[in-house]
Amino acid sequence: MSETKYQAGDAVKVRAAFPPGHVRTPHFIRGCDGVVTQYVGSHPNPEELAYGRDGMPKKPLYRVKFNQADVWPNYEGPAKDTMVIDIYEHWLEKNQ
Amino acid sequence: MSHDDHDHSHGHDHSHDEPHPYQPDIEDAPFTERMVMAQAVAELIVEKGIVSTDEMRAQIEFMDTREPALGAKLVARTWLDPEFKARVLTDVKAASAELGIDIGDIPIQAIENTEDVHNVVVCTLCSCYPRMLIGLPPDWYKSRAYRSRTIKEPRKVLEDFGTTIPDNVEVRVHDSTADLRYVVLPARPAGTDDWNEERLTDLVTRDSMIGVSLAKSPETA
Repeated sequence: MSETKYQAGDAVKVRAAFPPGHVRTPHFIRGCDGVVTQYVGSHPNPEELAYGRDGMPKKPLYRVKFNQADVWPNYEGPAKDTMVIDIYEHWLEKNQ
Repeated sequence: MSHDDHDHSHGHDHSHDEPHPYQPDIEDAPFTERMVMAQAVAELIVEKGIVSTDEMRAQIEFMDTREPALGAKLVARTWLDPEFKARVLTDVKAASAELGIDIGDIPIQAIENTEDVHNVVVCTLCSCYPRMLIGLPPDWYKSRAYRSRTIKEPRKVLEDFGTTIPDNVEVRVHDSTADLRYVVLPARPAGTDDWNEERLTDLVTRDSMIGVSLAKSPETA
């Protein structure tokens, strides 16, 4: 899979899904809105690797930036503070 | 003062004929199920001939050669050579190789502190860390407190490390959840303009490459 669905600057939402198994999308970020900052290559799917399978097909991985205040409504720091999380493509949806 | 002068109100009520309690030996801590499992897996790997004990020891010895000094050398060079810094920011593996450092196959990305952004790294899910460049993570990096607090109150965590970031600087937390590892390039301290690479290297600490502190200032070096 060489085609990537998202590019830097794209507004995305993390899927608010809670499937069982080994998932590397942190719970706290599911359902949150962010912006893709970078595509960082395609990698074997950890949700498959964790169970001894080959992780194919590889999954595109992105760095996604979120505003702290959007993730934590009671965040006490400046509005400009952010977090950047690595998220696989199948955990992202296009926003708007 | 003599031993008998001190205040015994802190529960120091044992007879003075008895010895003080000993610090427990490692073996006195409870052996958890996971420790048993790790030991069993290690023994099975050897028994089935997948990896020999010599290979296992060689790998442990190799990892022991990984230490913050390697990353510090890389950072100091970026302070002296803007073109090298540009190469570090695009390809840490290739840039490290220029210094004779092999970081292996797990990709590491460098993130640069600037006047506008202070970066700090955490792995909220486990303990992902750029081991091949700066060695094994400190225990606190793996603690639940660091992992849960850094992502939601980073400025308070930084304060705990004695690091105050002004409100006009963005604090950016990097959660290392997947296939990449992150190393922070701290900013070059003021007052080091005529310093050579060796002296600059001494200013780069492990904590400054995690992002919980800044590089040492010349006064404290």
